[in-house]
Amino acid sequence: MSEKTNSVRHDYLRHDKKFPHVWCPGCGNGIVLGSLIRAIDKLGLGKDELVLASGIGCSGRMPVYVDFNTLHTTHGRALTFATGIKLAKPALTVITVMGDGDATAIGGNHFIHAARRNIDLTAIIINNQIYGMTGGQYSPTTPYGSFASTAAWGNIEHAFPIAELAVTAGASFVARGTVYHAAMLDGLLARGIAKKGFSVIEVMSNCHTQYGRRNQMNDPVTMMRHFKEKAVSVDRAAKMSAEEMNDRFTIGVLADVDKPNYMEEYQKIRERAQQH
Amino acid sequence: MMKEERYEMRFGGSGGQGIILAAVIFAEAAGIHEGFHVCQTQSYGPEARGGRSKAEIVISHEEIDYPKVIGMDLFLAMNQPALDAYFVDFKPAGILVADATFVDQVPTSRALVLPFTTIAREKLGNELVANIVALGAVGVVCGKVGLASLEKAVAHRVPAKFTELNIRALHAGAEAARQQDLSALPPFIDSDEEKEV
Amino acid sequence: MSEKNGQRRLLQGNEAIVEGALAAGCRFFAGYPITPASEIAEMMSLRLPALNGTFIQMEDEIAGMGAIIGASLAGVKSLTATSGPGFSLMQENLGFACAAEVPCVVVNVMRVGPSTGLSTSPAQGDVMQARWGTHGDHPVIVLAVSTVVDCFATTVQAFNLAEKYRVPVIVLSDEIVAHTRETVVLPDPADIMVIDRIHPGVPPEWYIPYEDNSRGVPAMAAMGSGYRHHVTGLIHDVRGFPTERPEEVDAFIRRLFRKITNGFAEIQITRSVMMEDAEIAVIAYGAVSRSALRAVRLARSRGIRAGLLQLITLFPFPRKAVEGVLRQCRRVLVPEMNMGQMIREVKRVNLATEIVRHNRVDGQFITPAEIYDHLLSM
Repeated sequence: MSEKTNSVRHDYLRHDKKFPHVWCPGCGNGIVLGSLIRAIDKLGLGKDELVLASGIGCSGRMPVYVDFNTLHTTHGRALTFATGIKLAKPALTVITVMGDGDATAIGGNHFIHAARRNIDLTAIIINNQIYGMTGGQYSPTTPYGSFASTAAWGNIEHAFPIAELAVTAGASFVARGTVYHAAMLDGLLARGIAKKGFSVIEVMSNCHTQYGRRNQMNDPVTMMRHFKEKAVSVDRAAKMSAEEMNDRFTIGVLADVDKPNYMEEYQKIRERAQQH
Repeated sequence: MMKEERYEMRFGGSGGQGIILAAVIFAEAAGIHEGFHVCQTQSYGPEARGGRSKAEIVISHEEIDYPKVIGMDLFLAMNQPALDAYFVDFKPAGILVADATFVDQVPTSRALVLPFTTIAREKLGNELVANIVALGAVGVVCGKVGLASLEKAVAHRVPAKFTELNIRALHAGAEAARQQDLSALPPFIDSDEEKEV
Repeated sequence: MSEKNGQRRLLQGNEAIVEGALAAGCRFFAGYPITPASEIAEMMSLRLPALNGTFIQMEDEIAGMGAIIGASLAGVKSLTATSGPGFSLMQENLGFACAAEVPCVVVNVMRVGPSTGLSTSPAQGDVMQARWGTHGDHPVIVLAVSTVVDCFATTVQAFNLAEKYRVPVIVLSDEIVAHTRETVVLPDPADIMVIDRIHPGVPPEWYIPYEDNSRGVPAMAAMGSGYRHHVTGLIHDVRGFPTERPEEVDAFIRRLFRKITNGFAEIQITRSVMMEDAEIAVIAYGAVSRSALRAVRLARSRGIRAGLLQLITLFPFPRKAVEGVLRQCRRVLVPEMNMGQMIREVKRVNLATEIVRHNRVDGQFITPAEIYDHLLSM
């Protein structure tokens, strides 16, 4: 990293108390955090106007490291707290960061409903395809046939495609990136945060400690290589057959639509009620 | 005996007959326009239509402790199942007001049986206001609230486009009750009423 | 709304809770429909927009509880309302509000349980859940309402206590109180004492979000007010950052309890009726205290020296007031629409007084006659 990049990062991190962090060496979470900081810096958002809320899990520890209004909620519920914050103080930019289990298992209901309502929030979902912090149990995004501490004989469940789920549920902006494509991720996060309405950025990330170790990808580099090989841009994917896409996934912007968000609609309700 | 003027009423019928609305209107007439203390309660099943429906009103010039009926001074029964089910707390000196349209067995001679639903259907052209017809009669029988108070409460609680119809219903019920000679009802033979809790 | 405060109105208990919340400054409601609490949400959806407040119907009660915590963190007084099944779902986030010290008010309109139970019938079965529903040692305030007027006044009180002590306050109502309509005259807003949380008086760089003080209640900065800090359900140090250091963990938990203990005199609200010379007493709460009041009056009219201690505050348990009654009376009756929950708390006061239970769990209101007969037989 260049000196410039480091200094940007240092402007936003809490330096007084909270390091070293809890993440394993080589964890993708740090890349996502770096990308998030660069996106925020690029957008020129002030620290006081930013809220970063998380749920439970490795991703849940992210807010504690950054110097915003930060909130570490209960498992799966980050979006519910964030909804309250945003509606109570619409001027705040509210970002949530969640894991795959956090957002789509225990918090799955909140996730689809936040998208349906089109609440003006940004949801970053770090998808490492496993429950990392609790010891490698399978999650709703663990691929069929993979191994996990609770799938000792192989996973017989099928994975949620998170980004596609968000598109269907009605999110205004949906993108998928990976921790390998860090520069692209900076841009996706910036667009998602700037977008009015519910934005989802799914980030494929490596948990070599819990997922890789059980699935012949023991180290971060192997996993990075895996993301590099399996990721296909949205444009290229459109020209590929279903067989060709079989074990691959798309990256880039999956949806970017303009429609009224919840708070805009609610403001109209207020005006109607006040004229009554 | 505790010294207080507690007057207790129960309205019974089936869900959809407007039992609770009638009770709310009476409560508002007594509480807002006649200055009584009022407690109005109801019990109902989970279904929105059908099933038994019961509403109660307690009025008093003093603050009301227990909000439900202990012994009914007046019981309005809009059909036979409700009459049978809810008659149990009828005071010996109470008065039963029943809808002749749907009631054929009357368990007390202290009863005023008038065809509220038939009146609603034939005189007002709308069966749905049978509850308000009955309310008009109840107002006359109980003697606790004036027709003017009931009118105001009706106007406040029903949608504006139905106000006129409901006021006519109220008057039709009151008129039907006035034609009956309440003093002709057999008197209750008073004894030392021991317990009234 | 055409009705103004200061006028005579016919209100349901659930409506009076809404009026109380709005009078106390509540401007955010999030919840999920459930009988017999739904009228509170319905009224809030009608009233809040005109007051520049916000109503949202969430996807479940877990989300409702999460959203009101979020709104309160952003500086807006918040309410949710539910009944037993929804209250069970709220417990985890309720614990978050205890740990992160987020003021909010939760109304539980009790119906018969367990499980779906009897959805339209009253009960008082959630008393211990209100106290101990969320996991771990935690402080909480639980108030019980018995009349429509109470619903208004106690809800105002609930917000005041929540704000003053930075604690979730649970208001226990029941199906009877919720749906009883009574004539009430609500006070003019100018006549209602409203308490707001204390905002930090120091500059942001001096602000220590969970710093102890004599009251044990730290000043609370709203998100976006320039006092950036971290809020977590993990046990945290005075700066709000997670800690596992035993001395910090211990200090944190003890302060949570101390702040409530400090306020006992103000928080523990009871109402004594005809207790001056009472020889036997009824200790009751919620709708049942209305039956008890009538039973006691009737007993008095027959020359029996009976009295009533009505508990408005259930938790922290008003031990001092109960102890006084137990010292004074030879026998005490505790009628409840459950199998006996508060009676255990009364017995824990542990004096020689005979304490008698009276329970009803059939979805029916305990009548004055039942209590009166029981008093006579004691």
